Amino acid sequence: MGKEVIELKKIATQVRRDILRMVHAAQSGHPGGPLGCADLFAALYFKVLKHNPKRFSMDGEGEDLFFLSNGHLSAGWYSVLARTGYFDKRELSTFRKIDTRLQGHPATEEGLPGVRVASGSLGQGLSVACGAALAKRLNNDPHLVYCLMGDGEQQEGQVWEAAMFAAGRQIDNLIGMIDYNGQQIDGAVDDVMPLGNLQAKWASFGWKVLDMDGNNMEDVLKTLDKAKSLCGNKQPVVILVHTEMGYGVDFMMGTHEWHGKPPNDEQFERAMDNFEETLGDY
Amino acid sequence: MKEYTFEEKKDTRSGFGLGLLDVARTNPDVVGLCADLTGSLNMVAFQKEFPDRFFQVGIAEANMMGIAAGLTIGGKIPYTGTFANFSTGRVYDQIRQSIAYSKKNVKICASHAGITLGEDGATHQMLEDIGMMRMLPNMTVISPCDHNQTRAAAVAIAEYQGPVYLRFGRPKVPNFTDPGEPFRIGEAVVLNEGTDVSIFATGHLVWEALEAGKALFKDGIRAEIINIHTIKPLDVKTVLQSVEKTGCAVSAEEHQVHGGLGDAISQVLARYRPAPMELVAVNDRFGESGKPAELMEKYGLSARAIVEKVMQVLQRK
Repeated sequence: MGKEVIELKKIATQVRRDILRMVHAAQSGHPGGPLGCADLFAALYFKVLKHNPKRFSMDGEGEDLFFLSNGHLSAGWYSVLARTGYFDKRELSTFRKIDTRLQGHPATEEGLPGVRVASGSLGQGLSVACGAALAKRLNNDPHLVYCLMGDGEQQEGQVWEAAMFAAGRQIDNLIGMIDYNGQQIDGAVDDVMPLGNLQAKWASFGWKVLDMDGNNMEDVLKTLDKAKSLCGNKQPVVILVHTEMGYGVDFMMGTHEWHGKPPNDEQFERAMDNFEETLGDY
Repeated sequence: MKEYTFEEKKDTRSGFGLGLLDVARTNPDVVGLCADLTGSLNMVAFQKEFPDRFFQVGIAEANMMGIAAGLTIGGKIPYTGTFANFSTGRVYDQIRQSIAYSKKNVKICASHAGITLGEDGATHQMLEDIGMMRMLPNMTVISPCDHNQTRAAAVAIAEYQGPVYLRFGRPKVPNFTDPGEPFRIGEAVVLNEGTDVSIFATGHLVWEALEAGKALFKDGIRAEIINIHTIKPLDVKTVLQSVEKTGCAVSAEEHQVHGGLGDAISQVLARYRPAPMELVAVNDRFGESGKPAELMEKYGLSARAIVEKVMQVLQRK
């Protein structure tokens, strides 16, 4: 295992601690999804994205852009935003509390650096990402636009409007990612509303589809590299990011129960035992 | 009393199309999006002149609103074009989250508003849009009265930073405002001064209000006619100054009686200067097929209806 992978795994471990501490302190929020995506968040923000955490600008000119369409993964996103320097990590303690910039779902209203559009009501992020990608094209800005969605979110019709548009307009500076953990609030995705063959659906809409083991850092890096290399070919790219909801916390995995529920004090202690403090808690 | 005249009737939507061209020629950040209604919105000329800055999104209005929000992030000023019902009710959550809450510089340009859409009937006759849009924080709501004013408004909104809802219509109506008149967002226009009653009108009803004013003048009633082209932010000062003088008010709009201009004016009066008021609007019902002029008459949106409401409100003074 390379040194870089070891470092990124350490970061992901700390991100998981942050997520649990934030959701526990707020006694509300969504731990399951961001725990599953912590490896992806760490890889994107500490390795893959070309971005300027210290000089956040809304227009994002000259840098890669990331949109979190499934805004309920906010705890994980805020953790990597803070730890890459968009804002002080101590601010993570304000998550979901009155007067915070770290709203339950991401918002621009309070001016939190790193957030470029509100999200939470599902299905909208990929459309916004398409628009941002078109603006980059108009501005001759060669940087890329990334958008993470949920798998349950694929039930929203607007996702497929955007999918049709991006392929039809050959938007090739756009990488979509789907957190394919198979769980949503009411249960398993396949029970709530089966997605069918998601791979075939995106391919038939005209996207290049990749698979990623989202809880294997080496595969996360390799697949993101592959996705980047496929950009510029008159075709958008989407990655099915196979993750486990609640990854790393034994009692949170393999169920939808922890989609939107905070741990109590005892559960929190047990959950935290799974993760070493690698970068120092906020 | 100033007499307003016009050389020809013109549709407000063609004013929008020309205004979009005007502003696009001077501001390279202006881009256009349309959901399969370029002809109806008069966006064809823009599309031809600026093919790289035009995005046909197909019949996918929700996606169009999201794309527009995304384009602003790269510094663009997107003008979205579709009918008023597809510009608001169909995409309310997209506007709410991705545009209004996120304070994105999107110009939502909505044609075929109101009952004068005509023969297509109630499915397409949007009469609730002013209400929906003025309820959203950060949203500016503009409803110009004729072709020339719509053209000027289409230019002016690019200079304003923030989300705008620009409402206009389908039929040809009297084009009476001065083509050189600048459009100032948030500043009501006093078309005629009067002392007996204030008539606050917006959109197609402004001409009807002028006609009503003429009829009332013959009966010795001096109506103050005010064009409220910006419903939000409302020109509260001008509204209050007028009612202070006249002591009563009538509002007139091609919209439901709930949520629109009448609600906005009556809220101001209730809070700052209580006075008798009557509302000319669609009375809590859906529209139907018919010719625009027939529908305006049937649904009580005419000069005659305004005169009737004026007579009623004068009784209550």
